[in-house]
Amino acid sequence: MAKTAVQEFTKGLWAEIPPFRLVLGLCPTLAVTKGVENAIGMGIALTFVLVCSNVIISLLRNSIPKRVRIACFIVVIATFVTVVELVMQAFTYPLFLKLGIFIPLIVVNCIVLGRAEAFAAKNGVVASLADGLGMGIGYTLALTSLAIVREVLGNGTFYNIPVFGPSFEPFSFMVQAPGAFVCLGLMLCVMNMLGKK
Amino acid sequence: MREMLKLFIAVVVFSCLSGGVLAAIQNVTKERIEYQQLKFIKGPTIKGIMEGCSNDPLIDRLKILDEAKEMNFFIGKFEGKPNAVAFETFGKGFGGVLGVIVGVDLENDKIIGVGVTTHSETPGVGSRAKSDPQFAAQFKGLPIAEPFKVKADGGQIDALSGATISSRGVCGAVVEAGEIYKKLKPTIIEKIKEKRG
Repeated sequence: MAKTAVQEFTKGLWAEIPPFRLVLGLCPTLAVTKGVENAIGMGIALTFVLVCSNVIISLLRNSIPKRVRIACFIVVIATFVTVVELVMQAFTYPLFLKLGIFIPLIVVNCIVLGRAEAFAAKNGVVASLADGLGMGIGYTLALTSLAIVREVLGNGTFYNIPVFGPSFEPFSFMVQAPGAFVCLGLMLCVMNMLGKK
Repeated sequence: MREMLKLFIAVVVFSCLSGGVLAAIQNVTKERIEYQQLKFIKGPTIKGIMEGCSNDPLIDRLKILDEAKEMNFFIGKFEGKPNAVAFETFGKGFGGVLGVIVGVDLENDKIIGVGVTTHSETPGVGSRAKSDPQFAAQFKGLPIAEPFKVKADGGQIDALSGATISSRGVCGAVVEAGEIYKKLKPTIIEKIKEKRG
């Protein structure tokens, strides 16, 4: 318990950045990083769910019986995911159509359940809030960086704005599924090189 | 036994709370979601049919029960008067259900436009029912009460080449629209009057 809330927050940004360090939540990471817009949308949705579920679970951690904790966690997480789904439908419908099934699938995202089980169930509210926020923002950053590489190379655009001019021939491999794997692999490789002492 | 009861109560309480929260949020966002779905899925077709109208047909819509099924009727104002109505019916296409919006002039009962909304026809063949403006234009100006058929069936509509079944589906939907229009026209006019009065 020696760690401060700030430390809990910053660990999610680099030392334990979810997709690159914990290598969790890869399914949406690979699927939605075709464009920067999708990646940011997905990141914000996940951050919201993560922060809210962390706070609620941390508040209730003493009243949830141990044996049914996973069921309770899932109920809390599913509630917030549905909230996100409804709000996105109401306000950003085109983005909701693009992200499609990956919004409801946040329910089974390992990062969310993992943080609930490994962190929020054992720590106080402030620390859990910081942890959720850090992890969520870290996830968004990771998704965005991957999406930048893929969108710029694969589509010649950044946030749907062309960057190379009309003569650029898009490297369309990058926006397809194999490109996602290759790109993620290279990112992990770079992260490991940087992390090595 | 008491332990079991405790677990049971915990899960029940959690689920009830979550259900309550979701019901409240769904209630708040329901109207907006419905509008967004109309705007992005049916909106472009309706706009095309109601070209030049002075209002937003998506806002000025009437809900009328047709044999216990609620239908949306979109009202278009031309020259200051609400004298056009558009609504969706469904026909049987080649790949499944084919949604067709039919616009009718309330004064002379003639079709002002036909447009396909949702379909699962073969891309490039049956999908031209939606993308080929010439096909839909054939319906324009014809009385809605006519029995629409493709020429191969002895009717008046030129089928899309290679896509007779899709064309038949559109005709079927327009015929159905004619029946609904005949049945519900008095109700529509009454409701428009109510709304203005």
